[in-house]
Amino acid sequence: MTPELTYRLCLTLSAVLFTVGVAGVLIRRNAIVIFMCIELMLNAANLAFVTFSRHLGVLNGQAVVFFVMAVAAAEVAVGLAIIVTVFRTRSSVNVDELKLLRR
Amino acid sequence: MSAWIMAAFMLTAAVGAVMVILHRNPVYSALSLVLTMFALSAIYVMLGAYFVAVAQALVYAGAIVVLFLFVIMLLNLRSQKPLKESLGLRAAVGALLGALFIGVAAGTMWTVLKPELLAQTADTFKDEGHTESLARLLFQNHLVPFEAVSLILLAALIGVVVLIRFHGRPPSDNTEESNDA
Repeated sequence: MTPELTYRLCLTLSAVLFTVGVAGVLIRRNAIVIFMCIELMLNAANLAFVTFSRHLGVLNGQAVVFFVMAVAAAEVAVGLAIIVTVFRTRSSVNVDELKLLRR
Repeated sequence: MSAWIMAAFMLTAAVGAVMVILHRNPVYSALSLVLTMFALSAIYVMLGAYFVAVAQALVYAGAIVVLFLFVIMLLNLRSQKPLKESLGLRAAVGALLGALFIGVAAGTMWTVLKPELLAQTADTFKDEGHTESLARLLFQNHLVPFEAVSLILLAALIGVVVLIRFHGRPPSDNTEESNDA
């Protein structure tokens, strides 16, 4: 596989992962699965960053990936805590039923 | 040979991502997510991004997905009535629009990447161990964002503790909740 074919395939995979993530957010109703789809989209962006970092020969893309990972970890921790809190008052993680944040 | 291995990992990542959104049971979704994360980690290795690959395996597959599984099992969603999710017309329209988006994005990628750009930069990474140069970049050029990330993590830590501790009390005492809102 020539290098540019590798990069093109990686970027195509990135587009596929992002699209699958968006589709999951749009069609699923389980809040936890929606969070997983957000992770998929972040990973698609990470893959594009790493591919372009390799393609252009600068490491800045990988530094940005590091920041994205840290922010994703924080986001998942807070998001899952919110889901647990909502589940305690609603007994459901169906986002269609969660129109209000209060009881 | 390595091209086929890379293609296999790409296929694994894509199939795992599709399985995440198609499984009814969120536990299987989380396990498919682990598969995708490990496949991406392997792709990062083959792209030469070793630090990112290790961080991907540790942070995503090791921490984030375990957190997902922990919450799924903590909530015990099995005892609830299964979510009724109809995947009929919406999924068909979504698949069509998704295919369109992938086509446009991939078409852009295939035309925007110029081989002559590659020639001059192909082996920049081979100069030094590039985890070292990544560390230099992080701690010299990106020092302020690095410290900001540590603040974000601290804020998330405190926020989670506050959320779980004060909002989880029985409905009788509402005074605490209005305080942290």
